[in-house]
Amino acid sequence: MAEQVSVFIENKPGRLNAITALLRERGIDIRAMTIADHRDYGVVKLLVSDPHAARSVLTDHGFAAALKPILATAIEDQPGGLHGLLEILAENQINVLDAYGFVVEPRHWAVWCMEVADPVETARLVTAQGFRVLDDSDLYRV
Amino acid sequence: MSVPVWSPAIEFMEREALERLQLAKLRETVAWALKTPFYQSRLHEIGLKHPEDIGSLRDLRKLPYTTKDDLRRAYPRGLLALDLERAIRLHTSSGTTGMPTVIYHSRHDIDHWTELVARCIVATGATAHDVFQNMTSYGLFTGGLGLHYGAERVGMLVIPASSGNTNRQLQLMRHFQTTVVHATPSYLLHLQASLAGEGIDRGQLALRKAFIGAEPHSEQTRRKIEELLEIDAYNSYGLSEMNGPGVAFECVYKTGLHLWEDAFILEVIDPRTLQALPEGETGEIVMTTLQRQATPLLRYRTRDLSHLISGNCPCGRTHRRLARIKGRSDDMLIINGVNVFPSQIEDVLMKTPEVGTNYLIQLDKRGSLDRLVVKAEIRAKLFTGDPDTLDDLRERIGELLRSVILVKPVVELHEPGSLPVSEGKAKRVVDLRPAF
Repeated sequence: MAEQVSVFIENKPGRLNAITALLRERGIDIRAMTIADHRDYGVVKLLVSDPHAARSVLTDHGFAAALKPILATAIEDQPGGLHGLLEILAENQINVLDAYGFVVEPRHWAVWCMEVADPVETARLVTAQGFRVLDDSDLYRV
Repeated sequence: MSVPVWSPAIEFMEREALERLQLAKLRETVAWALKTPFYQSRLHEIGLKHPEDIGSLRDLRKLPYTTKDDLRRAYPRGLLALDLERAIRLHTSSGTTGMPTVIYHSRHDIDHWTELVARCIVATGATAHDVFQNMTSYGLFTGGLGLHYGAERVGMLVIPASSGNTNRQLQLMRHFQTTVVHATPSYLLHLQASLAGEGIDRGQLALRKAFIGAEPHSEQTRRKIEELLEIDAYNSYGLSEMNGPGVAFECVYKTGLHLWEDAFILEVIDPRTLQALPEGETGEIVMTTLQRQATPLLRYRTRDLSHLISGNCPCGRTHRRLARIKGRSDDMLIINGVNVFPSQIEDVLMKTPEVGTNYLIQLDKRGSLDRLVVKAEIRAKLFTGDPDTLDDLRERIGELLRSVILVKPVVELHEPGSLPVSEGKAKRVVDLRPAF
């Protein structure tokens, strides 16, 4: 299962930049990024080429950073591509806590990332329906 | 546990004998005081002209209090009781207001102060076999030289490292296998946090004890220091007006600070009414020197708040114990009419494992109301990555603070290492309210 790096930052100029500077130094590629904004602070969620290296470089520089399993699923980049996946979740009463996506090859395929309560069980369900769940090495290659 | 002790005859002296000694020494002190211009006029005003006018220890209550302002007004010679040629050292304190105060010491004064510090050191179980690194500032600040002299008298190997320069402190600790240090609690936490960054493993250090003082701190802060550094930390209490360190110290049992009653008479008063409080109640500590020739002080109002702990310590010392200092009567914050001590806020934060060791208390105005902002750093190790747990944490701290201080604060969470760290006395309170 893929892992997402979550980083605590204060909501003020220059903090996001401090993170991207460290990742650049280490040659870590960012696949996707979102920010959960809670007014005076936020949690930056990063999908990167090497999550463990990203976490170490961030914590070594004083950041509070944690790794968390994330369900990254390959979907077709065409109308209904995401819907097919979400339908499985709806049928199984699975709540999506947070989600984001990115296109890998336009009109061909994309990756949809979700935080769910039980990522292992959800991965089993969607795999059974023919979806491909990506792990860190898959994401490293895209 | 066998109780290590430096001066058994004094430290285990029966109360009755101790009080007889106090009375004799109080008369000597009044004799010294009558030689200073300041006390001459003060004591003559109340009709006290001879030391023999002090008939019992109770007569102490007839004497006027001495305040920090009195010391400022008497600067530089008004409280000097002997010829300058007999004084061998002075320590001044600039204070935050800029008006200095001064305490002179004769050879006897320095010698006796040194004895007091030696008693404190030995009471914690430290011995001549220890390597002692003194991480407090040398010079006019009494913490450096005070502990230095005491540690030498005990026979420890003393490293006069002074304060700051964390990299060098750690180097000295490794090269000389320091076993005991003296520092402020905030500096020890800073030192601990620096270990990883300096590439030092706890196993490379021989540290086993720390004397912590010069800064009021909570029991939680002590425990945090003990757990993070895997040492025993002993609370030290002193103030420059009462020499400096060596006034009161914890023994191996860590059940409060033994105050050396052959050297000081202790009173606890209500800072508003100035009346003595019953034993055990919290109030302002008032002290009278009993062993100081050059600058005797009668009923000095320390502005430190604490209480006496009743009952006997298992160590058997007869000198009574002070509870840790709760704060200062002058650092009490009044927030929308409610009295709040910064130490209460620190207590709550240090009990919360998810927050780190640095914090800041900020007061400002929103309209006509005071607003309390408590800024805390989150602890990197316990960060889960989930933003909701941060909101819960913030709410939990806010609720806990409200139940303790009765003021609802705004709690802000900050990144580890983002709040200012002070290597000396940490400045934790910023009051931005306009002065009237």
